Parts: sequence; structure tokens; C-alpha cells
Amino acid sequence: MDKITTHMLNEVADLHSIPTGAYNIRLNGKSEQRNSTENITILTKKDKPGIDIIIKPNTKNESVHIPVVLTETGLDEVVYNHFEVGDNSDVLIVAGCGIHNPGSSKSEHDGIHTFHIGKNSKVRYIEKHYGEGDGSGEKVLNPTTEVEMEEGSYCEMELTQIKGVDSTIRKTTASLKSGAKLVVNEKLMTHGKQIAHSDIIINLDGEGSSAQIISRSVAKDASVQVFHPIAVGNTNCKAHIQCDAIIMDKAKVSSIPEIAANDADAQIIHEAAIGRINNDQLIKLQTFGLEEEEAENVIVKGFLQ
Amino acid sequence: MLQVKNVSFAADGKQIIRNISFTLDDGKFLIITGPNGGGKSTLARLIMGIEKPDSGQIILNGEDITDLSITQRANKGIGYAFQQPPRFKGLTVKDLLSLAHGSKLPDNKCCDYLTKVGLCSKDYLNRQADASLSGGEIKRIEIAMLMSRNLNLAIYDEPEAGIDLWSFSMLVNSFKSISNQHKSVILISHQERIIQLADEIVVIADGEITMQGSKDEIFPKLTGDLSGCDLKPEGSELSWIK
Repeated sequence: MDKITTHMLNEVADLHSIPTGAYNIRLNGKSEQRNSTENITILTKKDKPGIDIIIKPNTKNESVHIPVVLTETGLDEVVYNHFEVGDNSDVLIVAGCGIHNPGSSKSEHDGIHTFHIGKNSKVRYIEKHYGEGDGSGEKVLNPTTEVEMEEGSYCEMELTQIKGVDSTIRKTTASLKSGAKLVVNEKLMTHGKQIAHSDIIINLDGEGSSAQIISRSVAKDASVQVFHPIAVGNTNCKAHIQCDAIIMDKAKVSSIPEIAANDADAQIIHEAAIGRINNDQLIKLQTFGLEEEEAENVIVKGFLQ
Repeated sequence: MLQVKNVSFAADGKQIIRNISFTLDDGKFLIITGPNGGGKSTLARLIMGIEKPDSGQIILNGEDITDLSITQRANKGIGYAFQQPPRFKGLTVKDLLSLAHGSKLPDNKCCDYLTKVGLCSKDYLNRQADASLSGGEIKRIEIAMLMSRNLNLAIYDEPEAGIDLWSFSMLVNSFKSISNQHKSVILISHQERIIQLADEIVVIADGEITMQGSKDEIFPKLTGDLSGCDLKPEGSELSWIK
């Protein structure tokens, strides 16, 4: 792997070398390196581009890394990855996509991820999106994530896009059976003329299911962000959605809350706030000796931590 | 040494500070007290550079700092603990202490500063300094941040506000030894027990200095009968009635 690929893998999956456990590294539309383990099998799909990741029941403390890197300009791909997580498992899944676009043509990766999380299984899913490159070509990432959670399962999703992606339409849907719990932490920063849309639909179908969605974003320059989280409570369940955005310069941010209770025992809460960096915060950090710009960076970095 | 020379400041058409002058020598602990709305916090903000005076000079160790920014003054060793500190989403108490100190503080040092303000440090180090902290907690963290800095001049703006009685005693003890950390201290307070720590006292009312001098000279007057400004002790806090 060349230097750019290594750097991109570090950005999107914190990988400094080949990971331990199961992995599939996709580079410029092809599977570059792959490893299955005794409990985690990675198979190429036969009907469309993508892979199936099959995790045996009772697989504990194992990880799967499936980073995607595009370093050629003009690539446009749709990839379908399915995760079948067996019952009573406990696994870490690290995805992420980085586009290094050196040319003037658009590079786009649309990752369609579907999850079936077995009974009483625990999944931590980390997905980072990153773009860079000196060329004028757009870097576009449109992730779709569909999660089906069985009884008593737990899924924690960390979805991050911090830099360099010109356009993204993120669609996340989840359906939860009895006792299932979903936690989504979404962090997003846009700059320049970037556009980011994030739609999340959570269906709480099972008794005692719960969901917590925390979205924090920073919109700089003339970028545009739109958030549309929807939580639907169909039974005795709980959901809490919190969207916080810092708006700067000439950016625009919309947060469209939508909550629905189809059962008297559903408790659904939505909180949203959009605002500038608080002036007292800036002054406070300046009294520590930081310049205004440094103070701004500390506040933004902390907010997205 | 800090010299405040003939400083005046107005905002929104109202004169808030009227021709104030005083000098604070190194090693001295100055208490500024007086009625609410009298201009004490504004004076502190003028010294820190958050506000700029309409006239007059602020001189630190012989250098005119009147036109310097907040950052430049901070780098010259002035620090200010806000009366109402801001909260920071995402930054932990440990992050803020390190930012205040100017370099990464080890956990045991962070714990020392938090203990000084009556916080059980292990519970707080990794907590976010956001709305999950109560007013009293964030206030104590604000004081700990200033205590973590070696300063030429530390300004504490009503550090006792929002602090419960148990923690208050601990805070008073911490301020007794604060001169080890800072060359000189300005502390705005209404609390008798804190005022008693002073070397010197300045009383500000309606934007003017109405009294200034040593603690032995001024303190008895604060709890006694005064002309022009009625003061009476109420509990441990001085109650100012115009």
C-alpha cells in the first residue's frame, strides 16, 4: 500500500498497520486485502458489489475492520455490505470511508450497510468519513445504514464526518424488538460549500426497547446541514433525541424534529439547539492566553469529541 | 504591581466607572467590595481587558497594558475567575484545568486543585463541564482553574456566590494560602470571612471608590455606621442598602 492509502486508512479507521482479527480493505473499487477468522467469515456477494460478514453466535471480544479508500478521481460506486451478527455475541465493527481525490472528476462512494443483530448481542459500530485532495473534483459519500435488532440486543453507533466531504446524504433506519437498545452518536463538521443531510428513522417495536440519538455538528463557512431524526414508539418504550449544532460564518443549519407515539406507554423526547459559539466561552479561553481562533478551535474540537 | 489610573467607563449611555485610581503592590491581597451594581465586576473586566476604558490607564509592572487584548494580558500573567462561568459541551474538567494551566496537568495535580475548592476530585476529572454540573460545581471548577495558574495578578469575582456553607469554609482556607500561587490577588466579595483575609480594601459604590485603605482601617467601618452608604451586617454577608 502506498503512503496516501496508509494515511487514509489511519484517518478513517485509526489503522497504522494491518488490523488483527477479521478485515476487508477495499481500495479503488476492489478488495485489496481480506482476512476471515474462525468466528467471523467475510464473503464476496455474488449478485452485487459488496461483502457479507457472518459472525457466529457467541463470538466475544472480536473485531471486524472494513475500511474503504478511494484515491483515484472519477470513481463512482455503490457497495452493499451485510452484517449477520449471531446471538450472544460481543463485537466491534470499524467501517469508514476516505476519498483522496487528486483530479477534477467527482469521486463517490455509496455504502449500503445492513445489520441483523442477534438476540442478546452487543455491537459497537464505528464509521468515519473523510475527504481530501488538491483537485477540484467533488468528494461524495452517501451512507445508508439499516439496523434490525433482535430481543435484548445492544448497538452503539459512532458516526463521524469531520472533514473534506463535499456532499453527503446519510440515511439511517433501525427497528428494535423487545429490550433492545440503540445508541447513536453522530458528529459532523462541514466547511466551504459542503452539504450534509442526515435522516434517521427509529422504530421502537418491542416492549422495553430504547434509543438514544445524540447529534452534534459544526457548520462553518457557507456550508449547509439538515437533520431530520424521527422516533416512532409503537409500544412501551423510550427514546431520546438530542441535536446540537454550532453555526458559524454564513452557514445554514436546519433541525427538523419528528416524534410519534402510537402507544400510551411510549416516552419520546426530542431536544434541538442551534447557536453561535458562546462569547463567554471565547473570552474564558482567551483569559487562559489563547488567541480567539485557537479558542474557537478548542471549543469546536471539544464539542465534537 | 498594578496601577489603575483615572479609569472611566460608560456603556449604553450609563457611566459605570468614574475616574477610579488605586495601586496594588506585589504580594498584596486586595478585596473590592461594595453594593451590587456599583461597578466592581466591570472594573475587573477592565483590568482583564474584556472591556476597554473610555479614559485612564492600566499599568502592570510599569508597562501600560490599556490597549492590550485579553490574550496579551493573560500572557502577562493576569487571570480572571468569572462570577458566572460559562459551560463547555464536550470539554472535561481535566481538559479545562490543563487549558487554564497552559500545559497538560497530571491527574494528581488536577485532584489537588479540585480538593482545594471542596470537590471530590476523582468524581469530577472526566466529567464534562456542561449543563450536567450544578451552578456551585461549575463555580468551584472556575476557581480551581485560576488556582492552577502562576499569575502576577489573579482576579476572583465573588468566588463565594453559589457555594454551599460546608465548601465555603474550605474555600476560605484555600484563599488563605493563595498568595503562594499568585503574586497579587484582587478578590471581589461581600463575605466578612473573606474580607478579613485582605491586606487592603477598596469600597466601590456607584462607579466610584468611596473608601480605600488597609484592612485594619477599613474593615471596622464596613461593619459599623457609615455616612453616605449604609452598611449593616446580616449573617456573615454585608448587606448594602442605598
